Amino acid sequence: MITELGHFALVLGFAIAIVQMVIPLVGAHKGWRGWMAMADPAATSQVILVGFSFLALTYAFVVSDFSLRLVFLNSHTDKPMIYKITGVWGNHEGSMLLWLLILVLFGACATWFGQGLRPEFRARVLAVQAAVSVAFYAFILFTSNPFLRLAVPPLNGQDLNPLLQDPGLAFHPPFLYLGYVGLSMSFSFAVAALMEGRVDAAWGRWVRPWTLAAWVFLTIGIGLGSWWAYYELGWGGFWFWDPVENASFMPWLFAAALLHSAIVVEKREALKSWTILLAIMAFGFSLLGTFIVRSGLLTSVHAFANDPERGVWILIILAIFMGGALTLFAARANAMRASGVFQSVSRESALVLNNILLAVSSFVVFVGTIWPLVAEMFLDRTLSVGPPFFDAAFTPFFVAICLVLPVGAMLAWKRGSLAKAARPLWPAALLAVALAGLAYALQTSRSSLGPIGVLLGVWVVAGSLVDLWSRTGRGDLAGRIRRLGRLPRGDWGKMVSHAGLGITVLAIAGHLAWQEEDIRVAREGESYAVGAYEVTLVGVREVQGPNYISTMADITMSRDGRRVATLNPEKRYYPVADMPTTEAGIRNGFWRDLYVVIGDPQTGGGWAVRTHIKPFSNWIWGGSILMALGGLISLSDRRLRVGAGAGRTARREPSDGVPAE
Amino acid sequence: MRWLALTLALLLAGPALAVQPDEVLDDPVLEERARDISAGLRCPVCRNESIDDSSAPVSRDLRLLVRERLVAGDSDREVVAYIVDRYGEYVLLEPTKDGANLILWLAAPALLIAALGIGYGAIRSRASADAPDGLTDDEEARLSELMGKR
Repeated sequence: MITELGHFALVLGFAIAIVQMVIPLVGAHKGWRGWMAMADPAATSQVILVGFSFLALTYAFVVSDFSLRLVFLNSHTDKPMIYKITGVWGNHEGSMLLWLLILVLFGACATWFGQGLRPEFRARVLAVQAAVSVAFYAFILFTSNPFLRLAVPPLNGQDLNPLLQDPGLAFHPPFLYLGYVGLSMSFSFAVAALMEGRVDAAWGRWVRPWTLAAWVFLTIGIGLGSWWAYYELGWGGFWFWDPVENASFMPWLFAAALLHSAIVVEKREALKSWTILLAIMAFGFSLLGTFIVRSGLLTSVHAFANDPERGVWILIILAIFMGGALTLFAARANAMRASGVFQSVSRESALVLNNILLAVSSFVVFVGTIWPLVAEMFLDRTLSVGPPFFDAAFTPFFVAICLVLPVGAMLAWKRGSLAKAARPLWPAALLAVALAGLAYALQTSRSSLGPIGVLLGVWVVAGSLVDLWSRTGRGDLAGRIRRLGRLPRGDWGKMVSHAGLGITVLAIAGHLAWQEEDIRVAREGESYAVGAYEVTLVGVREVQGPNYISTMADITMSRDGRRVATLNPEKRYYPVADMPTTEAGIRNGFWRDLYVVIGDPQTGGGWAVRTHIKPFSNWIWGGSILMALGGLISLSDRRLRVGAGAGRTARREPSDGVPAE
Repeated sequence: MRWLALTLALLLAGPALAVQPDEVLDDPVLEERARDISAGLRCPVCRNESIDDSSAPVSRDLRLLVRERLVAGDSDREVVAYIVDRYGEYVLLEPTKDGANLILWLAAPALLIAALGIGYGAIRSRASADAPDGLTDDEEARLSELMGKR
């Protein structure tokens, strides 16, 4: 009964979305207030309806209602409750419903927080947002309906993929979706602005927090996924340049470019049409990512041919929205007059360079991702594009970004001087070179990867600290420290995010360059040395888990005769799904992770054991957390608080809109 | 979303370890070369995994084959050519730099140069408008007309 109500609510939401797509748009065009105002209650009721629908599906999972096809395929009575709930989005249909829920939630946010926007503009934004949701309602209802029943309900379900029964992965998709779908906000704002043919600082002030929020969510989502791969897949890799990963990375790069160029629109009223284009592209790449993941196209052309319906749907959605928005852009971009001017050497130019590097690097990822498909379709070659290509083609862009970032961040707006911006950065540069030299001297290998990573990372981190410090102005030390606490949150957010990027870059390079690995057969009780550590396989035992059987090893690691860790790597077997998984034994440390994996028993006795010493592992995710945290700090800035003063912006702009930096 | 990518790989994968202890060569230099080569070869039945990371049986066979060729005295290039002859271009994780693949390899520098060129041009034309004295209304109108046409 509840399931049917959920299904019905979804259909009702679909109908409301169609109305919300048309009526406010007509109202905005004709200037009819009543028609425009209709969008607000419609957006709110969509949230209630889709929210109810989602709760109904969750309820079906919680009570294990196996008469629902989706629950039967993805759940089991023995599964822990938390994974019954996360199982709602651990499958295609449910995850699309989550996607829709987030989409209508963002739409409603434009209503709830957007009362300061001009009514015509808000009506147009909500209409565009509704148009996107109409497409996804239709996609769910016609191709991926989660509420389909089974005629004969089975006694028990087929279980959720054991790999998904993990906290890191359980919360990875919602964050990723919040990011993907959050970009729909900037898209709707961009299209609405194109319809009106006008973009002003208020527009930038609105788009920036939404993009920032989406980017923060994407950062957290990608970080969680990468962390999960690190501890769950059993060989300690954290990024594989897999098409599905690239699908989330491309929007992240575009969102990063967009939030930087929106700064220019907001503060300087320049780069307007470029920012609009970026907003369209960022959401386009989100849709493309969904297409890549949902169609299975990039697994193989043949997988796509077997079940083309869903892929074709998303491709049509992509074509309509991108085609429509880009056509509108071509027709209207000229109307976007930039009122702010700037010199070749200025913060604006530095941000243009940032945008170019981020956007082009994203295109490189895109080309590499689809190249196997192009080659198979047009050249009749089956080939692979793997990590070696991406490492070679993508890394230079981030090297360049890291080199330019500290200087660019300190350039003055409008008309800057390179020498003036670079002067306070000399200590940062010296520190970076010194530490890179130290790393080179200390390392045993001849690889340049580690030292270069240290150079770039330290340069960016120290550069962001210098940048923040320089914002405190002149005067005595005490006064500057006092002013440090009173700096706008935006400045702090900028420092924290940029430092996070530096830390991640340093960590990835150090991690790859300096990890140690040992693979061997160890008998129970045997000890051996790996790096500076003494590893002992104490014993191996069988353990019964809630819905799996585990082979668990007890391994101790000691250094200089002092025990530093007791690790319990596991091999789990999930009988319902008939799948084995690996649980690595990891001891997290500040400088390094100790990482042990237990393998199969060997014919001659003993067990295969793999031991890794992985330096800077936690710094990779620590840096990502800092990047996200910086975004959140920035979001809490009064100036950026969603909707703050949106209506008053035009009047207030001359007094405090352009801070003298 | 990543699980979708890896589900298939792990369904096909069996036990937990990729490189097994019995595969490791005694000569550390040869073993190092073997690891480097295997990191660049794709497991033919998995999804986007190198044979060095994959635990599928065919990857084990390929790893053993790589080591066999190395012990027989082949150069790295010869080993890769040997594998590609038998399993096709598909196993190369790093696409070759010939023929149409040049488009792929040159995409990054070409796009970057084009983008930098356009960006620089746009900034220059904008910067030259930043005259020290304000423009007259007529000039302003004419300018925005020109800027608009760009």
